[in-house]
Amino acid sequence: MVETERAVQGRELTGQSVEPSSDKILEIENLHTHFFTRDGLVRAVDGVSYSLNRRETLGVVGESGCGKSVTALSILRLIADPPGKIVDGSIRFEGKNLLDYSESAMQGIRGNEISMIFQEPMTSLNPVLTIGHQISEAIILHQGLSRKEAWNRAIEMLRLVHIPEAQLRVKEYPHQMSGGMRQRVMIAMALSCNPKVLLADEPTTALDVTIQAQILELMLEMQQKLGTAIILITHDLGVIAETAERVVVMYAGKKVEEAEVGELFGMPCHPYTRGLLDSMPRLDVAAEHPPGRVRLKEIEGMVPSLYNLPQGCLFAPRCPYATEQCHAEYPPMEEKRPGHLAACWHSDRLIGEGS
Amino acid sequence: MMEQAVQTQQSEARHPEAEPPLLEVIQLKKHFPIRKGILSRTVGFVYAVDGVDFHINQGETLGLVGESGCGKSTAGKTILKLIEPTAGQIKVRGKDITRLSKSDMRPYRREMQIIFQDPYSSLNPRMSAGGIVGEPLTIHKIASGKEKQDRVAALFGRVGLRPEHMAKYPHEFSGGQRQRIGIARALALNPNLIIGDEPVSALDVSIQAQVINLLIDLQEEYKLSYLFIAHDLAVVEHISHRIAVMYLGKIVELTDKQTLFTMPLHPYTEALLSAMPIPDPKVKRGKRVILTGDVPSPINPPSGCHFHTRCPYVMNRCKTEVPELREIVPGHWVSCHLHGDTPTWPLAKPAGA
Repeated sequence: MVETERAVQGRELTGQSVEPSSDKILEIENLHTHFFTRDGLVRAVDGVSYSLNRRETLGVVGESGCGKSVTALSILRLIADPPGKIVDGSIRFEGKNLLDYSESAMQGIRGNEISMIFQEPMTSLNPVLTIGHQISEAIILHQGLSRKEAWNRAIEMLRLVHIPEAQLRVKEYPHQMSGGMRQRVMIAMALSCNPKVLLADEPTTALDVTIQAQILELMLEMQQKLGTAIILITHDLGVIAETAERVVVMYAGKKVEEAEVGELFGMPCHPYTRGLLDSMPRLDVAAEHPPGRVRLKEIEGMVPSLYNLPQGCLFAPRCPYATEQCHAEYPPMEEKRPGHLAACWHSDRLIGEGS
Repeated sequence: MMEQAVQTQQSEARHPEAEPPLLEVIQLKKHFPIRKGILSRTVGFVYAVDGVDFHINQGETLGLVGESGCGKSTAGKTILKLIEPTAGQIKVRGKDITRLSKSDMRPYRREMQIIFQDPYSSLNPRMSAGGIVGEPLTIHKIASGKEKQDRVAALFGRVGLRPEHMAKYPHEFSGGQRQRIGIARALALNPNLIIGDEPVSALDVSIQAQVINLLIDLQEEYKLSYLFIAHDLAVVEHISHRIAVMYLGKIVELTDKQTLFTMPLHPYTEALLSAMPIPDPKVKRGKRVILTGDVPSPINPPSGCHFHTRCPYVMNRCKTEVPELREIVPGHWVSCHLHGDTPTWPLAKPAGA
């Protein structure tokens, strides 16, 4: 008990000592996570930088294989080595580089300071242990509570995430619960040690829309109550628009755009973001047109194979704006509008066209 | 004004005297028995599809939406008689096919094809792409040899694959390309009706748009009818002419898509629409309905209206009395006790209830 207090004090002290960046709780800089496979080198994350402010919800959006999940796993150092390896960059949590931590020091971070929820609640819960057991495990480990105290805390957490009859459900096994309930359990577990950062990797993708709405509302409510900063990883621009404050767009292992949410949707400066937005069927727009009349705007072609990336800008082969320069040279990440970063040679043309 | 428009649209679509619709489904039911113990005695039923009625006209897309477990996929498979229906009728151009034998079904199978959700598990990994697409032609003894090769090549071209892809195997293709192979296979027999069981749900957004556009183009070209089963309302709205909303084995609302979006008359539809995230941070929603609780089990569905356990407008009557699917406005079918002979809009409980 005394020890935890000391730890908390220490944490506050270090927080003060790095005053200039104290607003940023997590800073990823130039992160390179590569996989060395039999078929060749895969640059799953290739020079990604972004930061997360305290109490903020940052959306990370991109299609499958763009490296959004690998970035999150890299933060927790959960990349299987071999074949994966973080080859370059830094991940600063409260000013300290997590990549310098020993494995045992990392265990003090995982589930305690930074925790994660996954897409598939069934495969990330242990089927042979009661959910109470699984939630209290982390509490006993990190907070040093007794089994009994941890069990009571587990019940409290289940109540917090609005699971009815928590004192009964705590004794149940994962298979006895629905998908939405399991995801609530995952959230309860992730938040049980009051983490400062929550990494949510497609937390609602496996759920029905009505349940998705419940879970997103719950996550934001928890954020209000506990002050957790959230990185919300998803492919669903609708979820991003409704929950995130700032957005990072990723494509083929690189960050291509970053902006505040209204700015990004209002004036996308990267053709990939623009393409994604245009290719989504819109509920509010579709209803006004007879079917067949409005074709969705397509992004031509497909995501390049990570084994065999094109020269220059990775999006150039699919890009309607691409010029020779794009095929030759990767564009630098620049501030195109106030607070709006994009890596594209032709953002001016996009901005010129308007949204 | 609007009612009139809906009415003319409806009568235009139906050709009442001329000919029966391409597909008509009447009170279709599929109950799966639950067996237990060493004697495998039936101890109960899963009421997966529990009395579903709709029709689809030539060249029309009917969207079927609902959450997982509502019976929408079972409905699709039952219509193709991939699963034998428990009760009800399936009519193709007026002819009842519900009780046909396997061999009598064969000509109808040519007319009705299916595209599955998962492009990874619905293609035989040991057959080449060309073999997969050509197989229906062999089974139905339509073409063989060089003629078959030519037809398959033409199909590949039509769905946006290259002829040299024919010799490749499914694992060599991306998800979107595999779904194109599935579409080519469905098209091989020149069907009239294609049932799409979540055909774009497993695809990335940018690829999803390509496949949706392809489906729309093919519909216009071949006058295809689609039964488009999906959980994503935005996709369904985009592709469908009319939409049926399912909840726990029953259709709760069925109307054309404009009406469904602007004037949903079933509380469940209203909740579904309001739960769909809109990819535009500027859009401020009017009222947001977030349903509490989960979809109840279809093994033991709630009494009365199946939706009453989650409905924000629940009345006493809903707990005991099953609401019927009624045509409250011409062309707009709803099963809800909130509406009398005229619709109550916006949805609200009647005073005193």
